[in-house]
Amino acid sequence: MATLELSEISVRFGGLQALTDVSFRVEENDIVGLIGPNGAGKTTVFNVITGVYQTSAGQVSYDGAPLRGLRPHKILALGVARTFQNIRLFQNMTALENVMVAQHCRTRCGVLGAVLRLPGQKREEERIRERSLEALEFMDLGEYAGELASNLAYGLQRRLEIARALATEPKTILLDEPAAGLNPAESRELMHTIGRISSRGINILMVEHDMKVVMGICRHIVVLDHGVMIAEGEPEAIQRDPRVIEAYLGNELN
Amino acid sequence: MTIRASKLWLRYGLAMAWFFVLLWPLLGIKPEGLEFAVSFAIWIKVAVAAAILLALYQLNKAGAFGFLTRPAAAAGRVAVGAAARVPRWLVLSVVLAAAVSFPFFTERYAHDVAISVLVYIILGLGLNIVVGLAGLLDLGYIAFFGVGAYTYALLSVHFGVSFWLCLPISACFAAVAGCIIGYPTLRMRGDYLAIVTLGFGEIVRIVLNNWMSVTNGPNGILGIKSPGAYWWQGDTLEHIWLNNLEQLYFIILALAVFTVIAVYRLNHSRIGRAFEAVREDQTAAELMGVNTLGIKLLAYALGAVFGGLAGTFFAARMQFVSPESFTFIESAMVLSMVVLGGMGSIPGVILGAVVLIVLPELFRGFQLYRMFVFGGVMAMMMVFRPKGLWPAKRLGQRSEERG
Ligand SMILES: Nc1ncnc2c1ncn2[C@@H]1O[C@H](COP(=O)(O)OP(=O)(O)O)[C@@H](O)[C@H]1O
Ligand SMILES: [Mg+2]
Repeated sequence: MATLELSEISVRFGGLQALTDVSFRVEENDIVGLIGPNGAGKTTVFNVITGVYQTSAGQVSYDGAPLRGLRPHKILALGVARTFQNIRLFQNMTALENVMVAQHCRTRCGVLGAVLRLPGQKREEERIRERSLEALEFMDLGEYAGELASNLAYGLQRRLEIARALATEPKTILLDEPAAGLNPAESRELMHTIGRISSRGINILMVEHDMKVVMGICRHIVVLDHGVMIAEGEPEAIQRDPRVIEAYLGNELN
Repeated sequence: MTIRASKLWLRYGLAMAWFFVLLWPLLGIKPEGLEFAVSFAIWIKVAVAAAILLALYQLNKAGAFGFLTRPAAAAGRVAVGAAARVPRWLVLSVVLAAAVSFPFFTERYAHDVAISVLVYIILGLGLNIVVGLAGLLDLGYIAFFGVGAYTYALLSVHFGVSFWLCLPISACFAAVAGCIIGYPTLRMRGDYLAIVTLGFGEIVRIVLNNWMSVTNGPNGILGIKSPGAYWWQGDTLEHIWLNNLEQLYFIILALAVFTVIAVYRLNHSRIGRAFEAVREDQTAAELMGVNTLGIKLLAYALGAVFGGLAGTFFAARMQFVSPESFTFIESAMVLSMVVLGGMGSIPGVILGAVVLIVLPELFRGFQLYRMFVFGGVMAMMMVFRPKGLWPAKRLGQRSEERG
C-alpha cells in the first residue's frame, strides 16, 4: 500500500546524464533520506516522481500503478505531495489561502456551486477552512493565518511549505532540503516535526544536507553522486561506507 | 541643501530638459520654419509649476507643514477607523440605494453615461478574472463583447429571439469563444500570450467586418429589438419594449449587480483561489494539485461569459451593432480600467471604470488633450500607485504591505 517505487530511472538533459538507473523504494511508514553532493540529481528525482520531468528510461510506480504520463496534479491527487528546495509559496496570498489552495484536489465544487452558494459548496468551504487551519496549527503557524506569505520570516515560510503539502492529505510526502537555511534550534524543531508527520502514517522521502538531521531520523538512506546511486542502507552502514565518504570528501561528513 | 535634495533638483532639471525636447518638435516645427517662443511659453509654465510642487514636497519632508499634516493624519486615522467599523452590508445598501435612485435625480445625459459606466464595469470585472486573478494577459478581450453583441443581433433580427433568452445563449457562445482562444494559449506565457490574444481580438473584428453575408460587414446590423417585458393577458402573451434610457439603466444595473455578486463569490471560492495560485506560481500550483490547464481555460471562459453578457446588452441598447465598436482601443480601455483600479480588486475595477468613463466626460472641453492626459495619468499611477487606486485585499486581515 502507498509504496513509492522507482525502478531503473534514467534522465537526460541534452548531453547531461542527470540520473542513471536509480532504483529504490519508499515503503509504508518509512522515512527515507536522499543525500548526495550538490548537483547529484536529488531534486531531479523529486521532479521525476512528481511528474515535472519525464524519464528517458525506467518507471516510477505508486501503489503498484505506474505514474508514467500523469500530469503533476494527478500524481498529487494520488497522494504524493512535495515541498520545494527554493521556497515556492504563493507570495501574495495569506498563509491560510496558501494552505487552502492545497485542498483544491480534495474538493469538487464548481463555478455554479460557487456563484449560487449552494449548501454543498458552503459545507465544503467550511471543511476546507477547517482542515487548512488544522494543517497550519500542526505546523505551529496558527497565529500567522492572515499574514501574507511574503511577509513571513524565512523559517516560517519553510514551515508553511510543509503545512501546504500536508493540507493535500498526502500518503507520501517529499521534502526537498527542509532544513536549508534554518538555525540549529529550528533544525531540531524540524526533526521533531518530521517525526510527528511520520507518526500520522505519512511516508517520507527527504533530501537533506544536514547530516545530524538525516542520521537522526531516517531509517533508510539512499546516496546519489553524479546521478548514480552509490550506496543504500541503514544510517550506520552509510556512515561507514567508503564510497560515500569519498563522494563527500571535504563535505559535511568530514 | 543636503546632497539628496540637490540630487532631486538635478533630476528636476533633467526632467524639464527632456520635457522640452519632447514638446518642442510638436509645437515648434512648422512649415514656415522653426519657432521657439510658443513651446517656451508653455514649457516655462510647466517648469514653474513643477518647481513649486517640488519645493512644497521638500518643505513637507522637512516637516515645515507639520502643524497641518499631523492633525490631518490623525483625523484620517480616526476616519479610517470609523469607516472600518461601519458594517459592510450598510455600505453596500447605501451604494445600491444610490444606484437605484440615480435615474430619478438626473436627466438623459447622465443616464447615458451611467449606462456606459455599468457596461464597462461588467467588462472590467470579466477581464479582471483573466488578468487580475489568473494573471493571464488578454489584449483581445473586447472580442467576447463582440461575440455577445453579434449573437444577440443576429438571433434577434433573423429569429426574433428575446433578449432574456439571448443572455444565456450569448454567454455560452462567448464562453466557447473563450475556450477557442484559451486552448492554443494554454502553454504560453508573457509576451507570446499578449501577441496571440491581440491577434485573436483582431481576427474576430476582421471576420465581423468581412463576412458580408452574415454580419452585413462594416454597415453593421440594424433593427435589433430592445429587451421586452412580457405578461399573460388572458390567453395571449403581451409585451412592451423596454427602450427608454431609464428602463435600460435598470436592466444593466441588475446585470452589473449580478456580475459583482458572481465575481465576488467566485473570488472567494476554491476556483478563485486556484486562479490566484496560477497567477502566483503556475508550476507550484500544478504541483499542489491544481489542474492549471483546466483552470486557465476556465478563466478565459468565465471572463468571456461576462464580456458576452455585456455585449448582449450593448446590442439591445444601441439597437445597432457594427465592427467599429470592437476595436483594439476598446480592449486597451478595459484593460486600463483593471490596471488603474487595482488588479484583482472588485471595488478597484469599479472605480477604474467610473474614473475612465466619467472623467473624460467631465473634461469634454479638453477633447484634444484627452489621450494626452490619459497617458499622463496612467504613467503617474504606475509610478505612485502601482497596485491601483484600490488595491486588492482578500480573505483574512492582512498586515500592512511592506514595500
Ligand atoms: N531542467 C534542467 N535542465 C537541464 N539541466 C538540469 C535541469 N534540472 C537539473 N539539471 C541538472 O541536473 C543536475 C542535477 O540537478 P539537481 O537534481 O538539482 O541536483 P541536487 O542534487 O543538487 O538537487 C545538475 O547538474 C543540474 O544542473
Ligand atoms: Mg536540489
